[in-house]
Amino acid sequence: MDSSTWALLAATFTASFVEFVEALTIVLAMGVTRSWRSALIGVAAALVALTGFTLAAGYVIRAWLPAALLQLVVGTLLLIFGLQWLRKAVLRSAGIKALHDEDEEFATQTRLAREAGEDRRLGLDWFPLVVSFKGVFLEGVEVVFIVITFGLTAGNLPLAALGATAAGVLVLIAGLLARRPLSLVPENTLKYAVGLLLATFGTYWAIEGLGIFTGSGASVHWPGDQLALLGLLAGWFLLSRLLILVSTPATEPTAEPTTGGVPS
Amino acid sequence: MRYLRGFLRFWYDLVVGDDWRIAVMVVIALAVTYMMLGVFTWPAAVAAPLGFATLACGFSFCLTLERRR
Repeated sequence: MDSSTWALLAATFTASFVEFVEALTIVLAMGVTRSWRSALIGVAAALVALTGFTLAAGYVIRAWLPAALLQLVVGTLLLIFGLQWLRKAVLRSAGIKALHDEDEEFATQTRLAREAGEDRRLGLDWFPLVVSFKGVFLEGVEVVFIVITFGLTAGNLPLAALGATAAGVLVLIAGLLARRPLSLVPENTLKYAVGLLLATFGTYWAIEGLGIFTGSGASVHWPGDQLALLGLLAGWFLLSRLLILVSTPATEPTAEPTTGGVPS
Repeated sequence: MRYLRGFLRFWYDLVVGDDWRIAVMVVIALAVTYMMLGVFTWPAAVAAPLGFATLACGFSFCLTLERRR
């Protein structure tokens, strides 16, 4: 395997690993406090929905978009995704934003599950079912998006899917063994690394894809071709370190609570 | 209507995320890079690295704005 193939595998594995850890925390909280049966049915329903979403999105992207336009669309989305992750990593490293903590998330989810009223339909506890479905689907869509975009643009969808599947299996095994949130996983560091990788590949492909608007309509060639990826990775890394340096408050940082919304 | 709003909200959260400025900055930086390539017809060896530099400046600007809030 060449270096770009390894990078593809590493990117999809790491990004998926982080998302699966977050999904596991939600499902564990629902299973422990309310009902394992309902939580697992929610997971199964989310997996079915994700499969349909993957097939539809994969078909549309592959069938309708020419190569350069695919690079532009996918690269732009990856770039936005990657820079959002990098933004959070910089703010967390600088102490401006609180670090993501799976134990804290687990405590919040279990509290919400205990406080929620009983809502039984079709013999199932509806609250853990819906929360598990939403948690797995939302985290899963990000995994699917990363796998499809990386896989199609790099021309190796099976390898991208392999990276995500390996991450899913590993998290599942670790979750079954630990029977608690995987808070020892260095999640914030992994998210920083994923942000760097997504921003690097996003920059590379988005600018390549701008060739669709030129006279030839062919992809733009970076100087050094794929070696440019290393330069971009170094560039985003150095910039992020510099931003952390200038963003870190001089006094003892006071972490603010993270806002709610879609888990990331 | 509530489901449509929820559906659109889901995609907005997924694609744009917490800070819409990042998404706007990426689009502007790519438009600037396109100008270098398509309008001024600069060679890719020059325009592509400058495109990255534009993105890097835009990202730094977004974070500076966020820090000051």
